[in-house]
Amino acid sequence: MNAKELCEGSRANYANFITWVALDRSNLSAGRQLSVNYFIVAVILFFAQLLFGMIAATQFIFPNFLYDWLDFSVNRMVHINAMIVWMLYGFIGCVYWLLEEESGTDIVGLKLGKLAFWVLTGAVTIVVLVYLLIQTGAGKDSSLWLINEGREYIEAPRWADIGIVIVMLIFFYNVVATFSKGKWSGIAGVLTLDLVALAGLYVAGMFYMTNITHEQFWWWWVIHLWVEATWEVLVGVIMAWSLMKLLGVRRQIVTTWLYIEVALMFGSGILGLGHHYFWIGTPEYWLTIGGFFSALEPIPLVAMVVHAMYDAGSHSFKNSNHPAVAWIIAQAFGNFFGAGVWGFMHTLPQINMFTHGTQWSASHGHLAFFGAYATINIAFFYLAIQHWRGDVWMNSDTANAWRWKWALGLLNAGVVGMTVALLIAGYEQSFIERAVEGSTWGGYFSAQNHPSFQSAMVWRWFFGLMTFSGLILLIWDLLTIGKGETRKAQEIVEH
Amino acid sequence: MNETPLWASESFWKKTAIWVTAGSFLILVVLTFDSLSQTQAGGKRVPAYSVINKKIDYVYQKDLHKSMPVIGETELLFGKEYTEAEAEQLVMLGKKTTQAKNCMNCHTLLGNGAYYAPDLTKAYLDKGWVNKEMREDMMIKFLMDPEKNARTFGSNRKMPNLDITEQEAKGVVAFLKWMSSIDTNGFPYNFKTINAED
Ligand code: HEM
Ligand code: HEM
Ligand SMILES: [Fe+2]
Repeated sequence: MNAKELCEGSRANYANFITWVALDRSNLSAGRQLSVNYFIVAVILFFAQLLFGMIAATQFIFPNFLYDWLDFSVNRMVHINAMIVWMLYGFIGCVYWLLEEESGTDIVGLKLGKLAFWVLTGAVTIVVLVYLLIQTGAGKDSSLWLINEGREYIEAPRWADIGIVIVMLIFFYNVVATFSKGKWSGIAGVLTLDLVALAGLYVAGMFYMTNITHEQFWWWWVIHLWVEATWEVLVGVIMAWSLMKLLGVRRQIVTTWLYIEVALMFGSGILGLGHHYFWIGTPEYWLTIGGFFSALEPIPLVAMVVHAMYDAGSHSFKNSNHPAVAWIIAQAFGNFFGAGVWGFMHTLPQINMFTHGTQWSASHGHLAFFGAYATINIAFFYLAIQHWRGDVWMNSDTANAWRWKWALGLLNAGVVGMTVALLIAGYEQSFIERAVEGSTWGGYFSAQNHPSFQSAMVWRWFFGLMTFSGLILLIWDLLTIGKGETRKAQEIVEH
Repeated sequence: MNETPLWASESFWKKTAIWVTAGSFLILVVLTFDSLSQTQAGGKRVPAYSVINKKIDYVYQKDLHKSMPVIGETELLFGKEYTEAEAEQLVMLGKKTTQAKNCMNCHTLLGNGAYYAPDLTKAYLDKGWVNKEMREDMMIKFLMDPEKNARTFGSNRKMPNLDITEQEAKGVVAFLKWMSSIDTNGFPYNFKTINAED
């Protein structure tokens, strides 16, 4: 087969695919068409995330698997970097989704927004190809500018960082200009201020420093103040808006709740940053400050569960999109358990001394990122597809409803299973490597070679596969749900 | 209808949110200035880069209930005495190499990173390097060709060959030596160094 045939073949396949999904963009406003672009890339990167997670998990069991071709470091980098990027894509998509309705007007800089989307997507593609094909560079600045920065979660090379900042500025301009042209609301105000903080924090991670204590100090500004402050508030905003739209909760109630959540979240999360400053060389007062404030961080998460459940219950769970509401409830609990409970369990310095840098952290990381941020994005994917199909009926008795229910079950059970397996591995490591053997290299490997650790890695692999199958089913469902549905979405009245 | 009580009023919570956020952020900024100045290289917590010319140990202090770095007499690295500027140059090369080679996505540094390979915080002081006479040579050889000089401790996990040059390897060793001198508030706990008697 030559190149031309290949090209024509794939074009034909693509055309077949488009006919098969039978989605009609004219069902969406121009702003929402931009939003679904972001969702599509988010889903693709989510798939990449899990694929590379599976490869990395396989290497824990068979270290020679793809050794020297795709080493663990490469797979893991793609796994977590794809996660960060897909979630950011998802959030941008969510904001564009609600922007026009919330402001009561069309997006101001739609063309610019589209351009930014393609620039960002082009940049992400190049970055990933370089990760996979070039992988590492020499120990000089040009490697950090062009290949990767070697800093967990924000590995993207410096040129891409700058591109990301520009794209964020365009996005931010669109949000502010659109609200200014239309109308502001409490939700709009919190959203705007939160986006300033979110984008500003990224800049804190854009500098090279030889002093590793300073470097990690600022690195945590980005990572922690994202996931435990600004992302959490962004989710609060998105959640507030969805509860209004999906369940018909009154605006004044969600806005008041939102302010309460912001106060509690920022009040605990900003100084909670200190729980990452116990052991990196920073002064001892962080043991007290970090321990104390981060121990308060679960409080807003409890408030969010109460809020979501109370609202859903008081509206007798009557809503216009069952899969989306199911995922929103999964978010409330996932956030509470993953971040609140799992985070709290290792956040006091007396405990963190032994769990720090073990599979314990990975256990918490998985449940928290999935529970807090994957879930809310998935809820929006369902919301988007419902409207893309023409605002159709999407309830428990929708055609092939088993798909969304099984995808929900497999994804959640898979992640919970991985979390428990990693927790067992983490306890074993804390005990044998840290407490008994004093964290030497010998101690590290005694813990890694221990049968309970090894079997935990096998369990993690199988639950990973469950998660991955859940995602494949989810993608299939998103492509097909509501196809051929003639009933209109259930009406929701505000009360 | 009743008046809305204060605790349920939108404007009360809006103001609270603003004040709490601004207050917390302000405290964070103040503490950030303080922490950055206390952790300048050359200060008490983070030694100057020329500490690579010295003997470094990490010893349990009974009264404090934790281990502390102990900086001793001259103990040259690669048989050379580095000036402060040369030392910084070398550690910088090492630091950039650890980033460009993506060490952090297998190892942890100061306990942060990935969990596929051992922590590097006190790696320079690890007993795994047999004794102080063999240490430097073993480290350089290992970094330059980890596959042939694999130290898998029975795990079958081998570090891949990352095309680290000899100069880069020296930089990495200098960086690890410097990092092992940082006061990490006692993490890792109960770590026995290459200097410790069995
Ligand atoms: C949705 C919110 C959260 C997410 C996504 C999240 C995610 C993570 C991740 C991925 C790590 C590992 C970082 C690394 O690679 O080194 C981590 C570490 C940590 N998290 Fe969270 N987290 C969240 C909320 C919380 C909360 C609310 C608490 C405390 C109550 C907490 C406590 C901790 C602690 C103490 C560590 C340090 C672990 C160590 O010492 O190795 N987290 N978090
Ligand atoms: C197919 C399912 C998955 C598999 C097999 C998998 C596997 C892995 C592996 C092997 C690592 C490296 C851990 C280490 O350094 O020892 C990792 C890290 C991580 N994964 Fe996953 N993963 C999966 C799904 C997910 C999901 C759904 C999320 C979140 C939405 C996630 C978030 C993370 C995070 C945040 C880390 C870094 C944790 C840390 O440094 O503490 N993973 N994963
Ligand atoms: Fe944190």
